[in-house]
Amino acid sequence: MRHHHVLHVIAKLLLPFVLLFALYVQFHGDFGPGGGFQAGVIFAAGFILYTIVFGLENARKVAPMPAVRVLVAAGLLLYAGTGVAGVLLGGHYLNYSVLAGTPVAGQHLGIMVIEFGVGVTVAAVMITIFFCFAGREK
Amino acid sequence: MLSGIYSLFAAAIFVELDAVDVAFTEASVGAGISTMLMLGTLALTTRLEKIPTYMPILPLLVVVATGAALIYGTLDMPRFGDPNAPIHQHVVPRYIEDMPKEIGVPNVVTAVLASYRGYDTLGEVTVIFTAGIGVLVLLGGGRRERPGGRRAGGRGGPS
Amino acid sequence: MELVQGLYNYWIAMILMMAGFYVVISRGNLIKKIVGLNIFQTSVFLLYISMGAVEGGTAPILEEGLTRFSNPLPHVLILTAIVVGVATTALGLALIVRINEAYGTVEEEEIHAQDEPA
Repeated sequence: MRHHHVLHVIAKLLLPFVLLFALYVQFHGDFGPGGGFQAGVIFAAGFILYTIVFGLENARKVAPMPAVRVLVAAGLLLYAGTGVAGVLLGGHYLNYSVLAGTPVAGQHLGIMVIEFGVGVTVAAVMITIFFCFAGREK
Repeated sequence: MLSGIYSLFAAAIFVELDAVDVAFTEASVGAGISTMLMLGTLALTTRLEKIPTYMPILPLLVVVATGAALIYGTLDMPRFGDPNAPIHQHVVPRYIEDMPKEIGVPNVVTAVLASYRGYDTLGEVTVIFTAGIGVLVLLGGGRRERPGGRRAGGRGGPS
Repeated sequence: MELVQGLYNYWIAMILMMAGFYVVISRGNLIKKIVGLNIFQTSVFLLYISMGAVEGGTAPILEEGLTRFSNPLPHVLILTAIVVGVATTALGLALIVRINEAYGTVEEEEIHAQDEPA
């Protein structure tokens, strides 16, 4: 893949938009179609594009495996932790109404946070899976 | 390649059925990630399938019988697109009615996903987490063991 | 005729489901089995989503002037099921890769044949 200049340039041009679109889907999920699951997959797809064009070694430098592994757990912990935060503030587990001043604002905040947790876990898991498959030698 | 096209078609059908969120997911997951995984597996194993030596008559019979039973079972089902079907009478009207003042986000799917059915989604994320860890355990270890001779004894028992 | 118009969505789902089922039980190739399971899975998605559709409805995003929406509950279930499905598929494929490394084949019969003397 070393001499494919067109591929390299186009991929470099495309990548920021892919990642930006993933973030848009992530944080616009309350209003239009989208949410953590889709955003995570799109974000991971951006990394997969990078890996295919620039090779696994470079991709591992961008997204080191230990960091990705931490993110896999961090997203889930963020989700579960939001539930615990609700309990500590006097509500039920995973009831977001108590997280902010008014119930509606609390729900909004809660949905935002857990969608982010979902997105992080999904993206990290997909990147992990792809790196595992790509790093395997026949 | 075909599976990617198949997923894209499935996504188009979901848009037609007014399920934009699902279509979005199917398009990104099916056409993107799972096609990549399938190709990766084929590259790691083998492209060629052994030609079966016998005609699979028994599976065909089983499939036809099961399919006939299932289609017979659909005869009592509510008609396609019927607004009075039981599925539309329970729980959902309450979601749509009370959601604007309880949660206040326009996308009902997001609200139900994250808030009303938060436990469910937590479970799903846990499944994804577990699957990721499983793949990491199964395939991620090869790199570290390489100096030891995993590759030399590649057909040996799983370590 | 009325029957066909009212029920064709279920029948398409059933046909897809049986196609996937046939691939799973008739072939010994493990990768083909996973493909079959994926087709089966899609048919279930289609079944759920088509049950949630309402004639004249729109996507379940609340806006002024819209009163009839397709049912959001199946959407939620299937949305998560798709992503979980790809994660579990990846796990299955990872198992196949390991099986191929240990046995040198992905055919069920050859694996059984290798196991028998032991």
